[in-house]
Amino acid sequence: MKTTTPSEDVLRGIWRENPVLIQLLGLCPALAVTNTVANSLAMGIATFFVLTGSSVLVASFKKFIPHEVRISTYILIIATFVTLADMTLEAVVPEIHKALGAFIALIVVNCMILGRQEAFASKRPVGRALLDAVGTGVGFIIALLMMGTVREVIGNGTFLGIPLFGSSYEPWVVMILPPGGFLTLGALLLGLNWYEKKKAERQMNLFPERVKTGEAA
Amino acid sequence: MGELVWIFVSAMVVNNFTLALFLGLCPFMGVSGQVATAIRMGAANIFVLVITSCCAWFLNTFVLVHAPYLRLISFIVVIASLVQIVEMAIKKLSPTLFRQLGIFLPLITTNCAILGLAIFQTNRGYGFLQGMAFALGAGFGLTLALVLMASIRESTELADVPSVAKGTALVLIIAGSLSLAFMGFAGLLSST
Repeated sequence: MKTTTPSEDVLRGIWRENPVLIQLLGLCPALAVTNTVANSLAMGIATFFVLTGSSVLVASFKKFIPHEVRISTYILIIATFVTLADMTLEAVVPEIHKALGAFIALIVVNCMILGRQEAFASKRPVGRALLDAVGTGVGFIIALLMMGTVREVIGNGTFLGIPLFGSSYEPWVVMILPPGGFLTLGALLLGLNWYEKKKAERQMNLFPERVKTGEAA
Repeated sequence: MGELVWIFVSAMVVNNFTLALFLGLCPFMGVSGQVATAIRMGAANIFVLVITSCCAWFLNTFVLVHAPYLRLISFIVVIASLVQIVEMAIKKLSPTLFRQLGIFLPLITTNCAILGLAIFQTNRGYGFLQGMAFALGAGFGLTLALVLMASIRESTELADVPSVAKGTALVLIIAGSLSLAFMGFAGLLSST
């Protein structure tokens, strides 16, 4: 396995291997609850909490978890943290808990969390697992906020409930409805692809000889 | 009877699991490349959803009244182990069916549609028969969305789309338009 530095562990999840935008993991919550910025933020923080908690726990107990039943054990650990998050949200912010509904409980089956346990936390020391979880969690929050901002500003004309455009703005209601989720993520990916393509072309123009020899990775 | 039909139709088209509630997106993106695979995946989904509905009803009625805080944990453990047992049983009893369902059966267990069904069923307080109707409706709805998506993707395979739109971005935008079309069914709710 490739060795990485601690800072790489954190930064990788935030942008280069962003769980939602690049790896397309955890799409269900990213599309379902991002119709307002507040909901996106609550969902992002809950997922962040579950991810860091279970990563640390899995990394600390990895010697005691039998290999054959590791997936079930991870799911049990994750489900415990989700139950904690669910009850906390219900007690602290009841109206957001109501808006998110069943999707808090569905953090359990977010493939991004299980993926990090299997791919990283079960093989590395506790500190590294924590850093990786923090990076991936922040990446997830960033992606959710991007979606939430676009959808709330266009679909409702507000940001965190504050009106932006005045009363003459006719909101695109479709953006806060289910199709808007698909279209927003589709548009974000289009933008990302376009950016990557431009970057590759720029590299090609600057260092054509490197591309030929395959050094410009 | 009328209520059961209503639950079925509502879960299948009005609140379609994939296109309106965003549940089960991973298989929707992953295995919607070919119609034949999509149908098989849909069948496996219906099967697991019905089993899940039975389990959730059983747990809710007999076990969880004593310990409601264990709901999430017990759902996921029971569903995962039952699917495992059913998989072994099918392998023994009907190897042909087993080969056809293949890798999909275990994968479905971690699909959010399955756990989502159990949780929705609990929140709405469905009884056994209502749960069955809900599970069947959700399963057929998932299959419908998968097959539609697969047939569209089969046709776009050879289309000359701009290079930036190739892959997931295009799939998401197609899904957006499908979802728009399915919103038309929302009228069914208010007209009755």
